[in-house]
Amino acid sequence: MYGRKVKLRFFFVLLVLLTLVLSVFVILKSLEENVVYFQSPTEIKALSEIEKKKIRIGGMVKIKSISMKTKEIKFIITDFENEINVIYSGVVPNLFTEGKGVVAEGYLKDKNFFLATKILAKHDENYMPPEVKAALEEK
Amino acid sequence: MFKYFEPNKIFSITSRAPKYVLLLFVIILSIGLTEALIFSPEDYKQGHSVRIMYVHVPAAWTSLGIFSAITFLSIIGYIFKIRNLFLISKSLAPSGLVFNIIALVTGSIWGKPTWGTWWAWDARITSMLILVLFYIMYLVAWRIYENNEKAFKITTIITILGIINVPIIKYSVDWWNTLHQPSSINILSGSSIHVSMLFPLLTMTAAFALFSLLIFLMKYNTELIKIKNKGLDRL
Repeated sequence: MYGRKVKLRFFFVLLVLLTLVLSVFVILKSLEENVVYFQSPTEIKALSEIEKKKIRIGGMVKIKSISMKTKEIKFIITDFENEINVIYSGVVPNLFTEGKGVVAEGYLKDKNFFLATKILAKHDENYMPPEVKAALEEK
Repeated sequence: MFKYFEPNKIFSITSRAPKYVLLLFVIILSIGLTEALIFSPEDYKQGHSVRIMYVHVPAAWTSLGIFSAITFLSIIGYIFKIRNLFLISKSLAPSGLVFNIIALVTGSIWGKPTWGTWWAWDARITSMLILVLFYIMYLVAWRIYENNEKAFKITTIITILGIINVPIIKYSVDWWNTLHQPSSINILSGSSIHVSMLFPLLTMTAAFALFSLLIFLMKYNTELIKIKNKGLDRL
């Protein structure tokens, strides 16, 4: 069959791959907290103490929770288990609407209040023409 | 000891192929672009910016596919000492890099109106950026160690290091919270993209794959000519 050298090279490649996969897995696992782009309201509730540094919270904008004043906008981020109130002053992206995904960047006041300095709209994986959306809603 | 192969025989086929590939590419691209830009509907939420996806997603797929192919060929070439596979890998890389950059740039252009930011350091976007760095590393290694055995070894190591990143890119959106949305296309559980949008997406993917094939053939022919010019019939 194959020569000794070929087999050795095969095992060498296999070993390098295995070592890499394992070490990358361990590194990513231990860095998980920093790899995630945002935390959910449930994760915020589970915090033992309130962090003073800038964080991001993501979830859905609760239906009928947006209230706009002249410069300030208030809404609730929910993950359908826990909720968090967000206060923000500034421009929101066009796709920021009720019932859709959102990521807010800013500071926690306490476990129920979040002062956002930046709002990002999160898009979901659903793509369809408006007519199809209307038809779906009718059902 | 590298196995022999005959560049002349291969060249007689690959030197004639580009014009047919070019013709097919132009046809598929015209169909894809007309579908993507004119006939496909706008999205219920994003409006017309959904059309960016028809370039963004195929470009990302192509760059991931090419990197996987390069890795596979390099490993086989390294284990069995097949010189030809390294020349193929080397010729594939440039279009992979270009499509990777296109995916990042179009993603950024899409992100501004949709998310409200040009760039986010989330897992998907960052891992795609890392892939660009691996492509650059790979190509620079070829520049430094011109076609000799050292280049074969070093580029193989680079692809092995880089390939770990490919499943991370694929599953980043499922493993972690990311700003980037999860995959819309799932072979097993059905897709969350409407058929009228899926067709231009797949056509554009075919067009990009053909373009990569075209650039590959041109690069590969150059490599073969280089060998010919050295006056070697066999290598």
